[in-house]
Amino acid sequence: MPVTVLIVDDSKLARIVATKALAELQPDWQRVEAGSAAQALEIMDSTPVDVALIDFNMTEKDGLELAAELREQHATLPIAIITANIQDEVVARARALDAAFVSKPVTAEGLQGFVSGTALRLRSRKV
Amino acid sequence: MTADDILLSDLERDALTEIVNIGVSRAASNLRKMVGEQVLLSVPAIEIVSQPRAARLISEREETELVAVRQDFSGAFSGRALLIFPETKSLELVRAVTHDELSVEEVLEMEHEALAETGNVILNSCLATMANMLKRSLTMTIPEVIRGSGETLFEVIEAAPDASLVLFLYIDFTVRHRDIRGYIAMLMSLPSLAVLKELVGEFIEKVVGEDG
Repeated sequence: MPVTVLIVDDSKLARIVATKALAELQPDWQRVEAGSAAQALEIMDSTPVDVALIDFNMTEKDGLELAAELREQHATLPIAIITANIQDEVVARARALDAAFVSKPVTAEGLQGFVSGTALRLRSRKV
Repeated sequence: MTADDILLSDLERDALTEIVNIGVSRAASNLRKMVGEQVLLSVPAIEIVSQPRAARLISEREETELVAVRQDFSGAFSGRALLIFPETKSLELVRAVTHDELSVEEVLEMEHEALAETGNVILNSCLATMANMLKRSLTMTIPEVIRGSGETLFEVIEAAPDASLVLFLYIDFTVRHRDIRGYIAMLMSLPSLAVLKELVGEFIEKVVGEDG
């Protein structure tokens, strides 16, 4: 089964950048994009998602709130919070949700730790 | 509150310049990742001036209209951060951050949102780095793209009536091999400056303490 990644960011540019970095690391992973938290929740209801990359700074519902909601339903879903807001509090809140923290702008290098860890976790789950 | 209450000592000014420098350097390194070319920065200028004077400091150096991404921040201290470009440079920035892969139409279509996202990355990383160094958290608004003269960009912060003084920080930057240049600017009202002065004091104490 292919791995499906949900990319949530209200910026199209940011989604393009994240998609590129991800394609460099895991070209076989399929990507689904959401432009808001609400859209992300809709997708999660209808599509099996294995990994979520979530922007923090979004209108209406921010990425940490979305991650908290997803975490309630999906205890083991690998989640990365993506933001240029690298304040200690934001990093701590991501960690408390058992989410990784990836700083913007997203690069393959910056995403690598999260992606390799996730690939390992997914593989061991499927065995 | 008068300007005398919040005048910074030489050491405080030096420490604040350093904190801003580190914040802006982090922002520049992110901009470098986005455009793929070296970003050159000036030394931060820190001035306590009237708000109209702050607006003139940028606009009198520019002949064309300006485009800016604006983010307000609040917390222990509050104010406004701006990433400013002469209007003629903004499309070139969009081309650079999309690595020259888009058609002219696509660049025009993406302009607004690419500017907002670039501003978001630059301003957030700068402010967050400063907040971390000062051990205080800041809340930042969603970036907003605005166009106009210096006066429009620096329109009065509500807490600061227009006759009052503001702390005005600005840095100019250029991108090598690209016709892109602009400013990162920050504006804070005097009550915020009083808090900032205290936090800078704590920062100095910690740094000096570690040495001793």
